[in-house]
Amino acid sequence: MSASSSSKSATVALNLLAWGLALLWVLPLLFAIWTAIHPPVYVGNFDIFAPLTLENFVRVWNAAPFDRYFLNTFMLVTFVVISQFVICTLAAYAFAVFPFRGSQWLFMLVLVQLMVMPEVLLVRNYATIAQMGLVDTIPAIALPYLASAFGIFLFRQAFKSVPKELDEAARMEGAGPLKVLWRVYVPLSKSTYLAYGLVMVAYHWNNFLWPLVITNSATTRPITVGLQIFSTVEQGIDWPTVTAATLLSVAPLLIAFLIFQRQFVQSFMRSGIR
Amino acid sequence: MTYLKQALLGSVSLSMLALSPAAAQTDITFFYPVQVGGPLTDVIDGYVADFHEHHPDIRVEAVFSGNYTETTTRALTAARSGTPPTVAVLLATDIFTLMEEDVIQPMDTFITTEEDQTWVDGFMPAYLASARVDGHLWAVPFQRSTAVMYYNKEAFAAAGLDPEQPPRTWDEMVEMGQALTQRDASGNVSQYGLGIPSSMNAVHWLFGALVAQNGGMLSSEDGLHTFFDAPEVVEALQFFVDLSTEHGIHPAGVLEWGTTPNDFMQGRLAMAWHTTGNLSNIRNNATFDFGVAPFPGNPEPASVLGGGNLYIFSGATEEQQAAAFEFVKFMTSAELLADWGVQTGYVAPRDDSWETETLRNFVAEVPQAQVARMQIPDSKPEISTHEAARVNQVLNTAIQAAIIGEQTPEAALSAAQAEADRILAVYRD
Amino acid sequence: MKISRNALISFFLLLPAAILLVAFTFYPTVATLIDSVFSTPRGRRPAAFVGLGNFERMAADPVFHRAFLNNLIYAAVVIPASMGLALAMALLVNARIKGRGLVRLAFFTPTILPMIAVANIWMFFYAPDLGLIDQFFGLFGRGGTNWLGQSGTALWALIAITIWKLAGFFMIFYLAALQQIPPSLIEAATLEGASYLQRLRRVILPLLMPTTLFILINAVIEAFRLVDHVIALTRGGPNNSTQLLLHYIYQVAFNFWDTAYAAALSVVLLLVLALIALFQFGYLDKRIHYR
Repeated sequence: MSASSSSKSATVALNLLAWGLALLWVLPLLFAIWTAIHPPVYVGNFDIFAPLTLENFVRVWNAAPFDRYFLNTFMLVTFVVISQFVICTLAAYAFAVFPFRGSQWLFMLVLVQLMVMPEVLLVRNYATIAQMGLVDTIPAIALPYLASAFGIFLFRQAFKSVPKELDEAARMEGAGPLKVLWRVYVPLSKSTYLAYGLVMVAYHWNNFLWPLVITNSATTRPITVGLQIFSTVEQGIDWPTVTAATLLSVAPLLIAFLIFQRQFVQSFMRSGIR
Repeated sequence: MTYLKQALLGSVSLSMLALSPAAAQTDITFFYPVQVGGPLTDVIDGYVADFHEHHPDIRVEAVFSGNYTETTTRALTAARSGTPPTVAVLLATDIFTLMEEDVIQPMDTFITTEEDQTWVDGFMPAYLASARVDGHLWAVPFQRSTAVMYYNKEAFAAAGLDPEQPPRTWDEMVEMGQALTQRDASGNVSQYGLGIPSSMNAVHWLFGALVAQNGGMLSSEDGLHTFFDAPEVVEALQFFVDLSTEHGIHPAGVLEWGTTPNDFMQGRLAMAWHTTGNLSNIRNNATFDFGVAPFPGNPEPASVLGGGNLYIFSGATEEQQAAAFEFVKFMTSAELLADWGVQTGYVAPRDDSWETETLRNFVAEVPQAQVARMQIPDSKPEISTHEAARVNQVLNTAIQAAIIGEQTPEAALSAAQAEADRILAVYRD
Repeated sequence: MKISRNALISFFLLLPAAILLVAFTFYPTVATLIDSVFSTPRGRRPAAFVGLGNFERMAADPVFHRAFLNNLIYAAVVIPASMGLALAMALLVNARIKGRGLVRLAFFTPTILPMIAVANIWMFFYAPDLGLIDQFFGLFGRGGTNWLGQSGTALWALIAITIWKLAGFFMIFYLAALQQIPPSLIEAATLEGASYLQRLRRVILPLLMPTTLFILINAVIEAFRLVDHVIALTRGGPNNSTQLLLHYIYQVAFNFWDTAYAAALSVVLLLVLALIALFQFGYLDKRIHYR
């Protein structure tokens, strides 16, 4: 829309700017790939004819229980996202469709969680989890995040934009509140669910501080914490193995994003997150 | 939904397992850190499998728990929530914290037979010293290390120095450092003479060596006092700062512990202070001939001891503690410590380990490994106080403040001393 | 009083969320306030009421002062810079450039890479002399900068990583909003002879305001939440020049085990966030026309 009226040189400049910035932005990833597929002597020594190797990946895979870390992260992310969907949907449905005296106030209270994120309260939440006897379990990593104000806010927005007539039509047919929710509101908000779900998958795949605090064994530790433990050895950073481990840990997410990136961006546009 | 179920069911069944140990079998948990790279968890698992063969009535669950800081944190949190490990490898310097938290059982309560006594006497006295407090032996040495100086023999030769004569005093070190420091035409340094890491989690250790070389010490044996503003300590820090600002042989600012080995192997540093634990890494990856030298002195040479001891936790049942003691003895046999030393680069803390065939062959192959052992009689324990993490942080911050030029060594250290006094005052009554 | 049907249904619908919010947001907030006026229980010494003792200690704690100031600088730079860049990226990707799918992907990659993982890569970039950045500056005879090891640059080095990490994420929101602007509005402005910058200022930016507010909230949260790279790269050093509030809270609580002092520090962070929230919802929200 902008380039159409501008001169040709402006278009070239725009392209250069975009590609330059893009290159800068993927540089860390490119560096990681380069370092991970070459022998250690080629760290920071960019020789095109350097021999390729998968040795670093093999070493990493054997050196730490990355398969277990993957499983943990996978269980964590699945548990978090599904629970958030259920809990936030129910709450958002109440706020959007069943207003009562004071529900505006309650909604404002919910929004407090947006700013008072679980990380700020990590000291106290740690004590709570310890009292529940859940330290070093996967549910413990998930619990503080399940009632997400972000999710409730988004779903409420989405439900509010559902035409009232559809809701009424379903009720005329004798559907109860939950059935209406399931048949009318949820299907019509599919792209909001997709967009929110993807953001949450990325968020919890990458989350570090709280899992670091609350886990203490390989059987619960997610990939981020496992990676940090793997990287901080006494003998200093071994970039080939660290970058190989990094690539391993992000590979599933990266591949998924490469495949679904079009749907991902489109779901954002349709979801009305803005 | 199935994953949700699995996650829930998984955690339920795990906790049920923990509640119902099989009858005539003692279950113990063993927390250990891995501080050096490589698949060392496999090595530990191998030792544990070996132990199971000798003691079929004991089941050891070995839990790899990150680096030292993380393992200590995990052991303490687990103890606080009522499920302590039975035995753990933790830093020797954590002893006061563990005593204060009241979570460890003195090792000497298990030593009943003459055989046990002989076993204890076999440890090197320098390493055993750090585990003795209030007349009790609280732990035994396991993976111990010391700091050494790696130097680039080719750089020495190129600078006209004798590659077999590393510096023995501070003056020699500065002199050689100046010969080794190379500048390009525009005045940028392409090779520094010396690098001593000063990042947040490491500097108190190597600074302890500088202080010991200067005839001082950082903390008292009872862990209640620090001597940060003592003249020997201030001088040592002044020397550290001068390496860069006065002599120009050391990179400016904070040198990161994690990148120092790479700096050395890439030829940016001609001499580097690091742990003995790095020997195999440098041996595998350095493209030049390198030497390992004991630390210099001013005038008396000295290094610091580091690494981890085996602790038995007091929260476990008597049977578990007894089983843990068997495991501790197994893990610290001459042969096993020798093997662990070869696999990791740690210094085997028993003299009889060095007589085993395993270590004798290794020393014949890698003579540099011998340096650490020879240096041990000259080595001093690292700083160890109550609230060690906090006191170390205070010291590290002061050292960094001086290194980056925000405060003079004297001002930084006297402020640090005041803060350490405030922290330790509670424990002195 | 008669309970309405809506209230009854809402009660059950809100129950799960309410329990979790009380357990992990409201109760801990109140408990943190209470903890902050007691001392830390240690070994055989139980917690004792100390009034404002922890806060007096904080007032005299140079590390806290530095962490507070650093965090303000960090937030003041990271928030506008990452948002501005995000907008620029979205406009670029929305314009007719070649291979914009790839460019968009490039901008978005930092969002998928865990901060803790990329921190090690950045450590290599920042390594003095040998690192990529220094080698680049070395071409102009300006190498030898110890980016993470000097107080003048360390915080800025971390800020750069944070901006890199966040801008691509925020871009997606702007991009989604940009594509929802009816083309007719822009065409109309073009017909009136408005230049690109005029269109941007008069048509596009006002229409993006709700998105901007949404991103702003996220940016504020991240500016006080994201300390993974501090843990991986500097641990607050050198001389606390990269110490941030949440990282200091983490250290005090989980390295020093001084939970009471950590609670007092958390109260300060809560207050800062509350003030920002009041400003956002009270002041900004009124000036932006929703829906």
